[in-house]
Formats: sequence, structure tokens, C-alpha cells
Amino acid sequence: MSQVIVGFPTTLTYYLHYPMWKVFFSELGCKVETSPMTNKKILDEGVKETVTDACVPIKLYHGHAVALKDKVDYLFIPRMVNVDSDKNITFCPKFLGLPDMIKASIPNLPKIISPSLDRKSGHYYLYKACREIGRQLEKPASLIFRAYRRAVSIQKKFEKIMVQNKLNPVEGIDYLFNSGSCSERPDADLNIAVLGYPYQIYDPYISANLMSWLENHKVRTWTMEMVDYSQLQKYSGKLKKKLFWHFSNKVVWACYHYLDQPHIDGIIHVTAFSCGPDAMVDKLVELECKQRNFPFLSLMIDEQTGEGGVTTRLEAFTDMIRYRREQQG
Amino acid sequence: MKISFPRMGNSYIGFKHLCEGLGFEVVVPPSLTQKTITYGARYSPEFACMPFKVLTGTYVEVLEKGADVIISSGGIGPCRAGFYGVLHEKILKDIGYDFKFIVVDPPMANLKDFYNNVLFLKPRNLKWGSFLKKVRTAWKMLTALDGLDMLVAQRRAYELKKGDTQKAFETAVSYIDSAETYKEVVEAETEGRKLIERVPCDETRKPLRVGIVGEIYVVIEPFMNMDIERRLGEMGVITHRSIYVTTYVRHTIWDRKAEDYIKDAARPYLKQMVGGHGINSVGETVLYGKDNYDGVVQLAPFTCIPEIVARSILPKVSRDYDIPVLTLHIDEQTGETGVQTRLEAFLDLLREKQKVLGECS
Ligand code: SF4
Ligand code: SF4
Repeated sequence: MSQVIVGFPTTLTYYLHYPMWKVFFSELGCKVETSPMTNKKILDEGVKETVTDACVPIKLYHGHAVALKDKVDYLFIPRMVNVDSDKNITFCPKFLGLPDMIKASIPNLPKIISPSLDRKSGHYYLYKACREIGRQLEKPASLIFRAYRRAVSIQKKFEKIMVQNKLNPVEGIDYLFNSGSCSERPDADLNIAVLGYPYQIYDPYISANLMSWLENHKVRTWTMEMVDYSQLQKYSGKLKKKLFWHFSNKVVWACYHYLDQPHIDGIIHVTAFSCGPDAMVDKLVELECKQRNFPFLSLMIDEQTGEGGVTTRLEAFTDMIRYRREQQG
Repeated sequence: MKISFPRMGNSYIGFKHLCEGLGFEVVVPPSLTQKTITYGARYSPEFACMPFKVLTGTYVEVLEKGADVIISSGGIGPCRAGFYGVLHEKILKDIGYDFKFIVVDPPMANLKDFYNNVLFLKPRNLKWGSFLKKVRTAWKMLTALDGLDMLVAQRRAYELKKGDTQKAFETAVSYIDSAETYKEVVEAETEGRKLIERVPCDETRKPLRVGIVGEIYVVIEPFMNMDIERRLGEMGVITHRSIYVTTYVRHTIWDRKAEDYIKDAARPYLKQMVGGHGINSVGETVLYGKDNYDGVVQLAPFTCIPEIVARSILPKVSRDYDIPVLTLHIDEQTGETGVQTRLEAFLDLLREKQKVLGECS
């Protein structure tokens, strides 16, 4: 029997959990096929399959699913429900309904693997999800258990190296599966916290190469994955109420965290066009920076964003910070 | 101290009586107008959902009228509405308004807060017994108002003279508004219903039946949905919806299993609660399909997350149950003419279908 191929779209939870699932499926004897990095074709396919007022990331996800569907035996679409210790923190509704949306909109899909990751279902929720997948693939319990253990351990390592070596998820994945080392950072005279959902910031196509532009212009970027989660959670009491969404909380808490770090010179918030949660997150971050008179830039990204528009705004923003610094001597 | 609160259909009547009965001065939230929307859009984030913007607008209007306490409802999410309060307060204070903002969350979210909020509303010298009595009267008012709403949605399609039912309805609402005691509310309701039922009708008509699903605020507040139920009613259609202020309160606070049948109906298409009324929109459409309704209208604020999820799934439900679904997006630009044209086209489609089916059987 030839090797079973499992398709993993290179977006959304890719940046959160790819190492874990990659190892898990490999240990089960499957091949993990990722979709190519986002390109025009993927975006167009996605736009075609989705309702018009969906956010770009969800459109993209549809595009990535289309890119994979004829090449794989299974499509892996985890349903993200709750991974925080606080059971009220869930994910954006579009994550919650993702497998159902894909099933309803894209014709001729391969079989779908969509376990729920729901910590509310008990302490061993992750094992339960793994067991469900393993059973669906008809693997023996002992193998599933071993695969689960390896998966959990690589995920821990992934999260640890990002914090320790100040890597972002793309660099972290590269470190784990390819290089085993960190590349040299170019020189920088500015430190900017770039906040936003990983599936936007690290997708070079959709973020108009934001990260590399900054690195190439002597800016060192700091992101929320570089801060230990427990460290972020310390800020959870800052608002009267926590937000309901995992990634959004992380963004807001990371904002508070970086505002407290003396070496940070400015904050950029990257938001997706028509993103529901971000309408709130962006305002919160903006008001907070305004109150502290801290340099802040909100960058909205949609399917028409060209590199030109983004670079102009980044230039203006970094110039402003450098100028301000000169003035203050 | 001057109290105010958001506006949602006729429910303001019940809340006004309650607050006045408790001895507060009330700033009645004005009916929504273009001005509300303009204020709302000016001070809210661009992609905030429509209900958020309209509430911002309403708050600005009542603060301008001198309100210094605003009471609003919270929610345990998981949608943006649960967080409205926190952000509204920050935005309005950033503009420079000074006021007390009370967000009433359901008691099971935070019992202590709920209790404190109740204490704030209950005057010290008022006995608990009398307090509860006033709450009970207000609740009765709210259910009576919702009851009238349900009744006219059934009746409009039969009226001989267009607009008569609406007139009777408005008079009935004013009866309830002028009631004071529990007994008077009951009487006003009975009288009001009689008035509506007495509107001259042609009972031989066979009106189309259309279900209304969608996000709670735009479903309940007629200004948001271009008064869709009246509009459809006067075009000869019976409408039905499951979301009313009192059913919402009941189903969130004490009758929490009441909507399980809707969720069960949705399950083959959507297995997960997605916040707001997303799963309801899917489940109710399935149920309307099973019930042989002629069509469904989904009301979705622009960028409303749960409704986007629902809308991605509804085409499949629509195919499976052979029930046409029309989605109306509600945003600042939504205008009467646009809605009217789309409804007319939709009804043409439904009538065509009815005719074809009629010929077959
Ligand atoms: S959080 Fe925003 S960008 Fe992410 S899926 Fe939800 S709406 Fe889209
Ligand atoms: S259900 Fe829709 S309108 Fe309501 S808070 Fe959520 S996104 Fe906004």
C-alpha cells in the first residue's frame, strides 16, 4: 500500500501547530503535504470559493485547501475550540466553523480529518484529538500514543526555541526541520514590535513582505511568539474583560508587554480587511498607545494591498521614529 | 442621576417603565435615525459590526441629552457583543464623556457583578417584594410587546387595506405604554390584540410564508432591517422569526435548553457553536425547510462573523431542502430602495416556485 498523504494548508494554524502535526502524522507513517506558500493563484481560488465579506485569511485558507485537494488522500482541518486554561477563551468563529465552511463551499474534496481541539473536554484533550485521528487512519493504539508523545515534545521544543532564541514561527519551523540553527540577524538601529495574527504577518504574499522590508531597513522585529505565554498572561487582568479569542488576547497582551520593554521603539499592528475581532483589538491597541504617547502604526491588509502602499507607510513610520529620537538627543 | 439604555424595537417601553418605577429619571433613547448612524460611524472602528456602531451613536445621543448612567447588556460571547461594553466605555471616555457605564452580564457569567448591578438599581428603601413586583410588571410588558409583534407578523398579509394592521399595532403599543400596574398591562394587551384582530381581512388568501433568521440586533430593530417584517407583510407575506427580546433573555438566563432543537437541526451542517446567532441561522433555516416555508431571509450585519460562517453554509442547506435563501447585508449604506427591489425579486421567485409546485401536484 502506498503511503497515505495528509494535506496541511500553509496558513492559519500552520504557524501555531505545524511542528506538532507534522511529527504526529509522520510517526503514524503518513506523508504530510503542505500547500505552496500563498501566491496569486491560491488567493484567486480562495476569493472564488468564499462569501465576499469574509476576511482575507479565510479566503486564503479556502485557496490553500483547493491547492491541496487533488493531491492528497486526506485534508487536515483541525477545529480550534479552546486551548487556553481559561475556558471562555475560544477562537474566532471562522476557526470554529472552518471545517463546516470548507465542506459546504468546496466541491470534490478528499476525506477530511477535523478533530476538535477543545481543552474543555478534559485534561487530555490533545491526546483525545490524536486518538480520534489515529483511529480514523486505522492505526494501532500503541503507535498513536507514541506519535502523540513525540508530537507534544516537539511542540514544546518549538515554543521554547522561539522564546529563547527570539525566533518567529517561520524561523522556528526552519530551525526544527531544516537548519538546526539560527541565521545571523542583520544590523538594526530600531526595535519594533509587530503585532497581529501569525497567519497574516508571516505570510509574505499577503503582508506585502512586511517583515523582510523591516529587516532590510535596519529594523529588528519583535513578535508575540517570542514572549513566553505565561509572561503574556500576566497582562490578562489589564482589561475589565478578556477577549474571547485566543490570538486576539495574545496580540493585546503582547502590546502591553512590549510597551513595558524599554528597548522597543514602536508598535505596528497588522490587521486584515474586514476582520471582525480586529476591529476591537486595533482600537484597544491604538487607545493604549495613544494614552502613553507611543509610536503606533495600524496597517490594514486586503487582497489588493500592493507592496507600494505598505512600504510608503513603513518608511514614514520608521522615519518618524528615527526623527523623534534625534530630536530627543 | 439620569439613566439611559440602548434601543431595540419597542423594548425601550418596558425598560423605561422599570427605571421610572424605581425612581430614576430616564433619558429615553431616541428612535434610530441617520444621525445615530453618522455618530456611530464617526466614533467606531471602521470594521466594527453595525450593532456596535449604532449603539455608539445611541450612547452619544443620550449622553448629549444629559444621561449620566448607561445600562447595557453584556454577554458571555463568544462574539464581539460580549466585549462591546469595555470598548464603548473606552471610546466614549476618550471622546470626553463622563458617565457611569453598567454592563449587565447574565448571572451565571458573574454572579457577584450581577448582584451588585441589581443592588445599584434597587433603591435602598424599596422592599425586595415591591422591587420584584416592578420587575415582574416590566417583564410582562416586554412579553406583551413581543406578543403583539408576533401577532401582526401573522396578520398583515390578510389585511384589506394596506397599513391598517400597522396602525392598529401602533395603537396597541401605546396602550401598553400607558399601563402602570401588572393588571393594566394584561388589560392593555387584551385590548390591543382585539384591536389588531378586528382589522378587516380577507381570510381566503394563501400568503407566502417566509422565515427571518440572522443576527439578533438587526433582526429585532426595525430601523436596522428597513422594517422588513412590515414590508413583507404589506407585500402579502406571513413572516416568522424565533428571536425576540424576551425569548433571548429567557433562553440565555433560565431556559437554556430551549434552543437545543435548533442546534440539533443545524448539526449535520455546522457542528460547533460559532457565537452570536450563527448556529441558529443554520438550524432555523433547516427547520423552515422541513416546515415547508416558502423562503428564508437572512439578516447579516456587514462583517458579522457568525453570520459569515452561516452564510457560507446556507447555500448547501438551501439546495438540500429546496428552500430559497436571501441574504441581506446591513451596513451604513443599506437603503430602502435597494432592499425593496431585492425583496420584490425574491418574492417573484417564491411565487413562481409556488405556482410550479401547485401545477405539479
Ligand atoms: S480573526 Fe480575523 S482574520 Fe482571523 S479568521 Fe477571524 S476574522 Fe479572519
Ligand atoms: S454576532 Fe455579529 S453583530 Fe453581533 S457581535 Fe458578533 S459579529 Fe458583531
